[in-house]
Amino acid sequence: MIEIKDLHKSYQMGSNSLHVLKGINFNVKKGELVSIMGSSGSGKSTLLNILGILDEADEGSYILDNTSIKNLSEKIAAEYRNKFLGFIFQSFNLINYKNAIDNVALPLYYQGVGRKERNDKALHYLEKVGLANWATHLPNELSGGQKQRVAIARALASDPKVLLADEPTGALDTKTSYEVMELIQNINDEGKTILLVTHEPDIAQMTKRIVDLKDGLIINDTRIEPVKAKAHV
Amino acid sequence: MNSNLFNKDLWKEIIESIRSNGFRTIITAFGVFWGIFILVLLLAASNGLKNGILRAFDGTATNTVFVWAQGISKSYKGLPKGRRYQFDVKDAEAIRRNIKGLETVSPRNRLGGYGAANSVQYKLNSGSYSVYGDYPEISTQQSLGIQAGRFMNYSDIESNRKVAIIGVGVKNELFTNGEDALSKYIKIQGVSFKVVGIYKKMGSGGGDAIEKQREIYIPFTTYDQAFNNGSKVGFFAITADDNHTITSLKEPILALLRERHNIHPEDKRAIGNFDLFEMFNNISGLFIALTGVAYFVGFLILISGIIGISNIMLIVIKERTKEIGVRRALGATPANIRSQVLIESLFLTIISGMAGVSFAAFLIAILNFILDKIDDPDMMFANPSVSLINIALALFILTICGLLAGLIPAQTAIKIKPIEALRNE
Repeated sequence: MIEIKDLHKSYQMGSNSLHVLKGINFNVKKGELVSIMGSSGSGKSTLLNILGILDEADEGSYILDNTSIKNLSEKIAAEYRNKFLGFIFQSFNLINYKNAIDNVALPLYYQGVGRKERNDKALHYLEKVGLANWATHLPNELSGGQKQRVAIARALASDPKVLLADEPTGALDTKTSYEVMELIQNINDEGKTILLVTHEPDIAQMTKRIVDLKDGLIINDTRIEPVKAKAHV
Repeated sequence: MNSNLFNKDLWKEIIESIRSNGFRTIITAFGVFWGIFILVLLLAASNGLKNGILRAFDGTATNTVFVWAQGISKSYKGLPKGRRYQFDVKDAEAIRRNIKGLETVSPRNRLGGYGAANSVQYKLNSGSYSVYGDYPEISTQQSLGIQAGRFMNYSDIESNRKVAIIGVGVKNELFTNGEDALSKYIKIQGVSFKVVGIYKKMGSGGGDAIEKQREIYIPFTTYDQAFNNGSKVGFFAITADDNHTITSLKEPILALLRERHNIHPEDKRAIGNFDLFEMFNNISGLFIALTGVAYFVGFLILISGIIGISNIMLIVIKERTKEIGVRRALGATPANIRSQVLIESLFLTIISGMAGVSFAAFLIAILNFILDKIDDPDMMFANPSVSLINIALALFILTICGLLAGLIPAQTAIKIKPIEALRNE
């Protein structure tokens, strides 16, 4: 699903060049649940940005679902993001003046899906995250856990190949974190490929594979038997 | 798809994002509202002034020249200068025959000459009024709103009937206590005339509005006979038809008259004339300039409103950086974002503009209502209004301005990278 070869990325900081990614080689197969760990400055956010087609690598290749991601125009990049990827953010990033169902339907809107179908699909995914009854509520009427679940429904709405989660539990308490992880595990069980960035070891333990990043290089890549989040809830 | 202007979803997006900033939106929109409000009001006011001034010409054939005899200032064909001469009804015939493109040639006489008033009596009442000897055609050149009875006709002319058509001013002064004037006899310079009609002139704004209701019209031929005038003509009122301007026909007419009265062709002072059409055009030109000024001033005010909208859109976009980033991450193309910002500012501009137009129209309607109550013919201001064309033009300007207002913010918005969405505060 994801093939990364010898990925380099540096940022110009004034006259200095900051080499953030120093040759990442990394493959993800369909149906995997991978956590990317690392301290701040390890390059994990940069990697996620490149994976999310939000940023482009200087060197190396990135193939997503047999499509080479290189030199894309803004328009094509937007289209690929919409088609291939679902984003889950630490701070949820729901649009605060749109109710839950409209937030979930937003990726479909940008796909040009008709209103009726859009709302049907959005409601379906809200049901999936257990929030069908909250469809018409605005984000500020929802709890943190509920917001993140709406965000997950939104990420799923366009039926992407890969879900990218950036610290999905970073803004949640432990109990809610585990509830969200349970949902993520369930989605993975249905066959969705999921990558998540975290610095919390207990969250990483709930994934099937842990990739450790340090100073722009992968220092460890191990498959583990995931801890079921359900047991902790 | 998403860029379609008539896409319901796009509008929903826009209305939602405008509503999310309700108060600020209203404050911003007020700038444009105010600009267009002033523009429309200025246009209406210049129009009202124009209507007020041009009301003086109401019902008057403006394509008219008045021609009268003056002293001769050049000797010609052995005739001395300083000689007096007078026009004759035959001159009217000659003008009609020789000059093409004329509608009406009315020979007229005024008792006692220009500016003179004549004593008129009815029973014990008397007053001083202007008395005209006229042909029936004069009613096509001047607005004589007949209030009661009739105007003169050709059988009056042919049989030299002693009939008179009097203005309401005359009627009110001579026929006191609400007495009916029709079929009564009044005495003009001792000659009895039967009142057959009462007129009230329309329009005639300006200083002599009251004076114009204090005139008496009698048949031309009767005038000649009763006041021993022969067939002399005091002056001509000559109107061109719709295909000609009287200004272009004036010279041939004057040349013809000079020839008929043995006047030197270069003698400009021998024949007095007043070109109503030229004056009317000069006044109309003044109002075109005034409308131009109204547009200019209104437009400048509007621009400051537009800058306000542009400014606030920039701020809104700065505040919504994160939201725009999220939208981009979810698959919005730069074109999506640009069209949203552009249409948002366009929508704001047009809605506030329409509100401004409506409010101005409302105010103008009230003003008109009040002006209608004050029925003063001397009022130099009447029926302030704006034409639909002007409204359409204003809306066109608004649309252009709305797009301009959105342009800079839209460019700013599409520079926002979706990466912003991932940045945590």
